[in-house]
Amino acid sequence: MTARRVLMVTESERLGAAAVASARSDGRLRRALDSDLIYSFCRSPVTVIAAVGTVLMIGSALLCPWIAPHNPFDLASLNILDATDPPAWVKGGSWSYPLGTDEQGRDMLSAILYGMRLSIAVGFAAVALAATFGVSLGLIAGFAGGWIDTLIMRIADVLLSFPAILVALLVDGVARSVLPRDQQDAIAIYVVVLAISVLPTVQFARTVRGSTLVERNREYVQAARIIGVHPALIAVRHILPNVLGPVLVIATINLALAIINEATLSFLGLGLPPTQPSLGTLIRVGQNYLFSGEWWMVLFPSATLAGLALAVNLLGDWLRDALNPKLR
Amino acid sequence: MLAFVVRRLAQSVAVMLAVGFIAFAMFRFVGDPVNSLVGQDTSIEDRAKLRHDLGLDDPFVVQFARFLGHAAEGNFGVSYQFAEPVQRLIGERLPATLELSFTAVLLALAVGVPMGVYTGLNPHTWLSRLFMSMSLVGVSLPTFLTGILLIWIFSVVLGWLPSFGRGDVVNLGGWTTGFLTLSGIKSLIMPAITLALFQMTLIMRLVRAEMLEVMRTDYIKFARARGLPNRMVHFGHALKNTLVPVITITGLQLGSVIAFAVVTETVFQWPGMGLLIVQAIGFADVPVMSSYLMLVAFFFVAINLIVDLLYYAVDPRLRLDRAAGAHGH
Repeated sequence: MTARRVLMVTESERLGAAAVASARSDGRLRRALDSDLIYSFCRSPVTVIAAVGTVLMIGSALLCPWIAPHNPFDLASLNILDATDPPAWVKGGSWSYPLGTDEQGRDMLSAILYGMRLSIAVGFAAVALAATFGVSLGLIAGFAGGWIDTLIMRIADVLLSFPAILVALLVDGVARSVLPRDQQDAIAIYVVVLAISVLPTVQFARTVRGSTLVERNREYVQAARIIGVHPALIAVRHILPNVLGPVLVIATINLALAIINEATLSFLGLGLPPTQPSLGTLIRVGQNYLFSGEWWMVLFPSATLAGLALAVNLLGDWLRDALNPKLR
Repeated sequence: MLAFVVRRLAQSVAVMLAVGFIAFAMFRFVGDPVNSLVGQDTSIEDRAKLRHDLGLDDPFVVQFARFLGHAAEGNFGVSYQFAEPVQRLIGERLPATLELSFTAVLLALAVGVPMGVYTGLNPHTWLSRLFMSMSLVGVSLPTFLTGILLIWIFSVVLGWLPSFGRGDVVNLGGWTTGFLTLSGIKSLIMPAITLALFQMTLIMRLVRAEMLEVMRTDYIKFARARGLPNRMVHFGHALKNTLVPVITITGLQLGSVIAFAVVTETVFQWPGMGLLIVQAIGFADVPVMSSYLMLVAFFFVAINLIVDLLYYAVDPRLRLDRAAGAHGH
């Protein structure tokens, strides 16, 4: 452990010389592999498995137009005679549809890959939106102080006393009743992203405000003030880089939550429409066939969702502990 | 003390006013209330008359005040979807949701606390490790997946329990209860477990963390030194001191039980408020949505207020801090 500590010190010293050493790129790679983060990563097999799983799932989601055996959105390729085929290893299944087909003859594996892509995209978009707004609001609240701070934090307190899924449900409901009905399917994805990003925004804002309050009184900020740097510039150029550390952890944990919340909304029939099925929509549709024996229509999307949420959650937990200096 | 209570009450009223304003804005500006009440062939004069009779041409502030007045009396208008007063709809559905939530919280406490005590006292046994990894899976598993899994095992494969509805209910003077019939209890089992699972993992982790902390304190060492039996130390001294945070968190979590009841009720087609609101959002049934919003907000504000006031009453340090702060300024 002391060896790691020494390494940490030299690490920060070396960072100063990073510009000089940038010519030797192999040295930089070795240094990155030598860092504390990588060390704790390799020490935890569960984390490695979770990371591999996450990378595999995100990778296959990105590449799904090329690796999916069929295009689930190409209606011309669907054959109703192939509807509700079981998985390949069950009697009656065929290897052209490895995980079976749904009630319209769509290949389940392809539908899951495309659905996972949507789930991950919505999750990332919601977290990115929440991080952008949350970090800005937190920075403003912490740096400006006064009534702006009080106003933002009071609203945050009220919102935080409600569970995320309920806020998402109500925002979704209000948005749906305001928007014209005939366009709802087309903009459903934006409504969902907005609805599930509301509560994470509050979390980002509160965390960033807390660290901004600390950084605001540091010497380097005072120095910047004295030489007459514009306050807005101080906030963005000097304070912002120093408060971003915890943002990454909150982002990872909230990614898992956002994916689960999107799936829940879609499962309730209030998220993505059946024309753009995410994992939650697939589970909602598949659930209707549970009693008639077509278990593959609900089991595979459910397992994918559970695996995705668990893997991202484990990564988030590890990142939180690895970046927490108290636990070193 | 009085100043704190007054400030806290004022805050709650402000929140309720804000929520009421959102509910009113939805009610008033989403679609035209007159159009949703009359048929296609109603003349323009009749519409204008109805508009006047309903007070829709009054100033905005007057309408808002009237809306709040009606809401305080429990009058939220007529559901577009069911053509029934919202008040009656909610009155019919509330017992189902409350019975489900109550059973789930009780179940979560009854299972979560002993599991937490065990894992806190024996953190390194394989059973504790099993509980801990199960709880991580429990946190990651979305509520509706738990429900579907239970339905698949106990309704589809084994055929033991019904997969939807409340079973037979007994009407006790307007309150319908499923506790008194066998089919009612059988129907309650799976939804209650589904709803309880998340709370259970939370309570278990909380009790475990508190137990680990308390077992290190001096008074536990002294209790042991006095020769008290293990059972007495663990349950009389240690567990008792972990219960304040557990009760607080359970109280605050009542809110999330209600939120997740929405999901559980949809999976099991449980005829409660959650199912009502999901259907209402799907149909853009604004009166039901706005009244649900007000009701849930009221519930949350009330719980938070009570917990805050209890904390203030229980924890003397809070009072000292405030007194010192007041002198400092």
